[in-house]
Amino acid sequence: MSAEAGRATPAAYEVTGPSAFTGDFRRFLALTRILAVTEWKLRFFDSALGYLWTLMRPALFFGVLYLVFSLIVEIGEDVAHYPSLLLTGMVIYFFFQESTTSAVTAVVDNENLVRKIHFPRMAIPMSVVLTATFALCLNLVVLLGLVLINRVTPRISWLELIPVLGILLVFTIGVAAILSALYVRARDLAPIWDVTTQALFYLTPVLFPIQLVIERSSETVANLLMVNPLAALIQQARHAIVGPSQPSAAEAIGGAPRLLIPLGIVFVTFAFGLWIFQRMAPKIAEEL
Amino acid sequence: MPAAVPDSAALVVDGVSKTFRVPRDRVLTLKERALHPFRGTKYDSFDALRDVTFQVDQGEWFGIVGRNGSGKSTLLKCIAGIYATDAGRIALRGKLSPFIELGVGFNPNLRARDNVTINAIMLGLTPEEARARFDAVIEFAELGEFVELKLKNYSSGMHVRLAFAVMVQVDADVLLIDEVLAVGDAAFQQKCYDTLQSKREEGRTVLFVTHDMNTVERTCDRALLLDRGHVVDLGDPTSVSREYNRINFDRPTTAEAGGDESHSGTGGATIVDAWFEDEHGERTGTLFQGKPCAFHSIVEIREHTVDPVFGFVLMDDQHRRVFATTTTWQKQETGTYEPGDRVELSVGFENWFAGGRYNASPFVAHKGLGAEVMDQRHDFVSVAIIGSHEGGGVVDLPHDVGLRRVDQETPAASPSEIGK
Repeated sequence: MSAEAGRATPAAYEVTGPSAFTGDFRRFLALTRILAVTEWKLRFFDSALGYLWTLMRPALFFGVLYLVFSLIVEIGEDVAHYPSLLLTGMVIYFFFQESTTSAVTAVVDNENLVRKIHFPRMAIPMSVVLTATFALCLNLVVLLGLVLINRVTPRISWLELIPVLGILLVFTIGVAAILSALYVRARDLAPIWDVTTQALFYLTPVLFPIQLVIERSSETVANLLMVNPLAALIQQARHAIVGPSQPSAAEAIGGAPRLLIPLGIVFVTFAFGLWIFQRMAPKIAEEL
Repeated sequence: MPAAVPDSAALVVDGVSKTFRVPRDRVLTLKERALHPFRGTKYDSFDALRDVTFQVDQGEWFGIVGRNGSGKSTLLKCIAGIYATDAGRIALRGKLSPFIELGVGFNPNLRARDNVTINAIMLGLTPEEARARFDAVIEFAELGEFVELKLKNYSSGMHVRLAFAVMVQVDADVLLIDEVLAVGDAAFQQKCYDTLQSKREEGRTVLFVTHDMNTVERTCDRALLLDRGHVVDLGDPTSVSREYNRINFDRPTTAEAGGDESHSGTGGATIVDAWFEDEHGERTGTLFQGKPCAFHSIVEIREHTVDPVFGFVLMDDQHRRVFATTTTWQKQETGTYEPGDRVELSVGFENWFAGGRYNASPFVAHKGLGAEVMDQRHDFVSVAIIGSHEGGGVVDLPHDVGLRRVDQETPAASPSEIGK
């Protein structure tokens, strides 16, 4: 009955219950990855074009917007490289939108796992963001292609995209954590977030270049828009890609020190996201 | 602070309590919140576990039994770390399997190959281990031809085989299993038991939750009986299973709550109790094959009755009627009874039934052929019959098996010779 197979007696430890990060970090990473890869594989499951849809969807949408805004509304006439600016904004904004929208229901969608397996709960929102990151990587390749077709000369400032996307990732993880933790208690979050992201789409300079705001409205409005971290990130990415014809985020907000506001929002969101998820994690399995 | 866990113990559960807050009207929407901003949600508290204390030794097979809602699965989830406990502590020695069910995370739209890897990682293997053990999983599951098939095309039996095969690869010292071995064909079930058995011989500990008292009695070293979150009995599996049957069937309130489902008849009499006795005349939930035993029932008469018929029907777990008898044939004149009279029926017989679970439904009927039933309690008493061997029939009658080699060289007459 007792262990006589010559195995060493393992050390005793206490069971601490569910949490956001417990257990070893490698398991956390492995789970995040496998959840993301599975979701990725299933996304275009059984569709004829498969992964191509990841590229087709934004490409088609881009085509429509480009036609409408550049040929009919004629926004892009006097702005250099308007197609590049438009696609940069779309790629960044769609990454944020896709991550956060799937994060809202992520914990509930994975109810089966949450109720049956002990694992670091944070792996769920993380995996959602990771899946969106796969799509982001593909879209960046397309963006690069379009930018070159658009006759933008490659420049060293393209490397700035790395920190910009890094900050975007931090912000997105924070928002994803908040949404997935709160949705368990307040299911209205799904439609609310749906509307929020749509409103945010128009409040963020995705379709329009920031110059347009400065020209037609005022510099103050442009400064205010930049308080939104997504706007600042998109602006900086545009500046990095096409060069000085686009103001940098610092210029658009009216001075580098003011950038501390969107940056502050990013890191406060991130910290708050982890904190609230950590707080909710022990109870998530019971409240589903 | 290191917990005081004895060297021999794999698991110590000390004074664990768990209360769920069950909202009366769950406020889920903002509209409701907005309409009633000051009305806090009213909660009912439900004590799923109350001061549960026990210890499991290394290499032990430990059964957790109880009625539905008695807290078994909650206990398992607390041990696994899926639920946080409200009081008490749980200490473990060795690696715990972090799951309580097989096949968690299986996705019907993916091939078996992908599902094995995903499931193995979820159950705690590293991606490298999962890949390395893929072949072993498929071999164990005997599903080599079907690895490229999507899981939705698998039969439920194949599903279970795959899930169990993955679970076998998890190097946990303590395994938690919630009602799993109930499916799969007989041969695979045996394979599962053998595998778990060899894990036990390696010194691994198995905790499992089940309703099947047969399994508990056959396989567990010890068992724990939970009822409404309390530990009711702990120890020898046979006595735990007897206690389980007692609280399951002796609860008059429950039987009445069942109403028409458990009772049928005109109500001229009520069966108040029934039980089986072993050869020593002891009340029991377990009978051994080949031993004399008896069925008893107590009937309370509710109206003036002359020569009522008493009897019972014994059904196996597939609802086949394996034995039925009444007083009609042996004792027609059972007597005259007035309201309030109590009668005890006893039927002694020799137990030649095959091993398994049986349910007895006692009844009492008006004089005659027994068609005019005053009261029948369906599946009132449950009894486990432990067979010495398994022949596959409904009964295992005492028998002799003879064998003689028949000489083929000296046939009485060959067909050709007859033709001449």
